[in-house]
Amino acid sequence: MTPRHRRMLFVALILLAVSTAAGFLLTALNGNVQYNIVPSDVFAGKAPKDRTFRLGGMVEQGSVKRELGNLQIQFVITDFAHEVTVRYTGVLPDLFREGQGVVVRGKLVEPTADLPQGQLLMLADEVLAKHDENYMPPNVAESLKKTHDVRRMQESTSGSATAAP
Amino acid sequence: MNWVWFHKLASPPTAYAFARALRPWLLWPSILMMLWASYAGLFVVPPDYQQLDAYRIIFVHVPAASMSLMVYSMMAIAAGIGLIWHMKLAHAVAAACVLPGTVFTVLALATGAIWGKPMWGAWWAWDPRLTTELILLFLYLGYMALRASFDDIGRADRASAVLALVGLVNIPIIKYSVVWWNSLHQGKTLSMFGKSSIDPTMVAPLLVMLLAFLMFFGAILCDGLCAQILRRERHAQWLLKQVS
Repeated sequence: MTPRHRRMLFVALILLAVSTAAGFLLTALNGNVQYNIVPSDVFAGKAPKDRTFRLGGMVEQGSVKRELGNLQIQFVITDFAHEVTVRYTGVLPDLFREGQGVVVRGKLVEPTADLPQGQLLMLADEVLAKHDENYMPPNVAESLKKTHDVRRMQESTSGSATAAP
Repeated sequence: MNWVWFHKLASPPTAYAFARALRPWLLWPSILMMLWASYAGLFVVPPDYQQLDAYRIIFVHVPAASMSLMVYSMMAIAAGIGLIWHMKLAHAVAAACVLPGTVFTVLALATGAIWGKPMWGAWWAWDPRLTTELILLFLYLGYMALRASFDDIGRADRASAVLALVGLVNIPIIKYSVVWWNSLHQGKTLSMFGKSSIDPTMVAPLLVMLLAFLMFFGAILCDGLCAQILRRERHAQWLLKQVS
């Protein structure tokens, strides 16, 4: 083995050792570290009790309730299987709206009496809005939505046509 | 394969002359392209359907972030070549990479924070993508500090090369952090193969800015390399002849 080969081996071993270590670390982290947990996890009992955590999901359509004269807001986060009601006081990010993905940091508390039975309540200290990597002009988004709607309409009508005798 | 041209290029006098000659051809076009891309990004392309005008910072943020990864990879590869083949010029290239790399990383983090505040609602979040990019900044700073802590340039080269190689593992983690973890940061915008997720009407300033950053980095690398050669070869005859 020439010195050059030895050095090559040395560099290869560094890379191998470090990537193996990183691989182990990442697999270990994957089990424990989740940036956010979703409402279904909360219902499965995976949410920490008496400790803040991040809850991720979609703001349910029509669930946002504001109070006049202050910054209090209440909305429902859903993952389309389960829901958690969130209360927050503060300024919301620009992208916060119904149907938008959000990440909320807060603590689960005893549900108040005015909530429906079985609904969980979270008091949030922070509300972050998510956005996706799709960037497009408004008219493109509009036409995308339209074709999507038209296709869905066609599907539903053709579906009902075949269903009809 | 004939490697004579490569060995020639790797000799300090040729590399010095080459870098000096190449620099203006990279620098001035890159500045023009940056100006055009900034203008087009700010005034020509349409606003985003969700973020309206706020998304326009993408034309700096994404190229800067891409460059921060690319420059680090280049630095680590150059350092590895220098380590294996005892090539001093490769070490000089690695040393010249660290400053522009740090600047691109700071730029990516700063524009990300400025973008994050109005859109997400926070300057910073301990999101996997953000955290790993911050680690990249620390790797660059650590590389600089390690280099500065040796008086002997040969030992500085070898020690910092090991650090650069160890840090290389962070690069794929940054790149795939948005794929591996469901987090706050959105997925990748540009795709080398397959469809980019940015509308075709908006993509031109992004690509031009990326190319401009790449060329600008090339020009700065030429400068850094010349400075490295001047320092390393300060007793060499060819340099004394050239300077006097």
